[in-house]
Amino acid sequence: MDTELVGQRVVLRTDRRPDDATLVDDFTPELVDVGAHHLCPGCGEPIAIRSAVECIAELGAVERTISVFGIGCYTAFSNNLDIEVLQALHGRAPSLATGVKRMRPDALVLTVQGDGDMVNEGLQEVLHAAARGENITCVLLNNGVFGETGGHITSTTVLGQRTKNTLDGRDAERDGYPILIGDLIASMGGTAYAARGAVNDAGNVARTRRMLAAAFATQERGEGFSFVEILTMCPTGWFIETQESPDYLADVIAGTHQIGVLKGGDVPKGDR
Amino acid sequence: MARRLMEGSEAIAEAMVAVDCRFFAGYPMTPFTEILERMAEFLPPVGGVCMNAESELEAIGMAWGAAATGARAATGSTGQGLALMQESISEMCTARIPLVVINMGRGQGDYFQATRGGGHGDYRTPVLAPSTVAEAVELVPLAFDLADRWRNPVLIYGDYYLGHTSQAVEVQSKDHASTGRAVADKPWALDGSTGGSGRAKLLSSLGEAKQRDGVGYDLAEHLERAGAATLEMGAGIEPFCDVGHCDDADLVVVAFGTIGRFVRWVVKELRSEGHRVGYVRPITLFPFPTEAVVEAAAGARSVAVYENNLGQMIDDVRLSVLGSCPVEFIGGLSMDSSGFGVGPEIDAPKIRARILAELERVEAR
Repeated sequence: MDTELVGQRVVLRTDRRPDDATLVDDFTPELVDVGAHHLCPGCGEPIAIRSAVECIAELGAVERTISVFGIGCYTAFSNNLDIEVLQALHGRAPSLATGVKRMRPDALVLTVQGDGDMVNEGLQEVLHAAARGENITCVLLNNGVFGETGGHITSTTVLGQRTKNTLDGRDAERDGYPILIGDLIASMGGTAYAARGAVNDAGNVARTRRMLAAAFATQERGEGFSFVEILTMCPTGWFIETQESPDYLADVIAGTHQIGVLKGGDVPKGDR
Repeated sequence: MARRLMEGSEAIAEAMVAVDCRFFAGYPMTPFTEILERMAEFLPPVGGVCMNAESELEAIGMAWGAAATGARAATGSTGQGLALMQESISEMCTARIPLVVINMGRGQGDYFQATRGGGHGDYRTPVLAPSTVAEAVELVPLAFDLADRWRNPVLIYGDYYLGHTSQAVEVQSKDHASTGRAVADKPWALDGSTGGSGRAKLLSSLGEAKQRDGVGYDLAEHLERAGAATLEMGAGIEPFCDVGHCDDADLVVVAFGTIGRFVRWVVKELRSEGHRVGYVRPITLFPFPTEAVVEAAAGARSVAVYENNLGQMIDDVRLSVLGSCPVEFIGGLSMDSSGFGVGPEIDAPKIRARILAELERVEAR
């Protein structure tokens, strides 16, 4: 094995392919074209996207799903899925999804956006879509940073969180407070379902999948706007060790953006 | 269908619905508002959707989404609102998605915005500039056809007068009555059905390749393709205009839209009095009717440009004649306190006086 001892840790070398490397099994999920994605090691976004497409498959909606992607790291998946994708500008996915759904009411329509996309650039889009009770599902991948530009502060960065342009941590007096977008959306009349999950451990992944399934079910019943915020790890943008990022998510990010169903829902009681 | 007296906004809206526009989104703004009102009235009875968007950003985003499903979609505003839509207009050109965008402008100060645009990257949008309600009704089907044919947003550029003038017009519906055919002609449009096929559709400004093609995003190739399509569109659309009395004219006056209508009337009047003056009224502002302007100017001693702005189309006129004859600006702003571009200078006697003064100046040379 190409491993080396770094301090107390055994590290698998990733700078070159081990000579004896063989693929034990192909774990690429059904609707993801290529499993070897382009995102950083430890990134939570692939798990979140995989969870979403698996829910679509379980729902039996693969052949009538239209997804709308925003602009961020996760855009690396917009041409890597076997569901139809419409690419939006940064911030604008809920509007495009509105036009899609109004013209194709039988389609399952979802958006995939990051926190920079949805909460910074496109806040009014998602809020108005929620207020209208637009019968779409908006999925937010919230890692609290602009990951793609290298870890800069967003509207969801929690107090004290270090980013590239708040090196000493987000300071309320200087940088203001994070927007708790899930709670904001849950407060709106047109929102039928809102939940905040995470992908930092297997339990939360399973829980998040139930939230996604509940959100899609809400749309299928025509009940109105559904929303799932998914807290994802961004070790690169958080400037911490990859292995530490799930705990950082649980201890720091989720301390402010609290995990749970925020409105509506047909998920088991334990998830409320 | 018989001719009916209709306000421009109503006629344009009816013409859009008649050629199967089934989605419209807008945000109220004078003098565009009445088109939104009419679309809200006309679309639901035919199964269409009209959205009262939260802003012009959302309006064009919604229309983008609707257009992506293959439906004929449109949005609009006045120049201020179109300023907000620029990012989407340019991105839709790169993503190759058809759309009709109506600018009921305040005056003619949006000529550069319409023909050059304020978006990003290499893109162009065909621009149609009707001068009467009847002409607008004829240009609406062309706008949708051009948008579909070239997979590109197309602008219709009017003004307060066009939107609020009433004229007896007949709106012809196209030979196909439903959206079915229009959608069938758009193999790129999304309906979800290719999901799970191994080749699910992607409609993106970032390229058409999928990760499974092993090339990541083919952005460089896509921009080349989109750029080539843009150039092909510019060369493939036949520019057209209204030309009159230019054969032995000493002075050719170039004007478009509402002003073009005034200029045509004034030139006709001056001709009947024996003055050697002609006019060219570009109807496609992009592509610009360069050849027609060159031909009209060939025997003239000078060309004058009358626009209700500080001089914008004059650049295209100068680029057309390439220094072969003088090109003078005789237009200008015409504003009152409303700012709607309906001021006192849009008046036949005043326009006549400016043309006559220019003609005398040219003939005195």
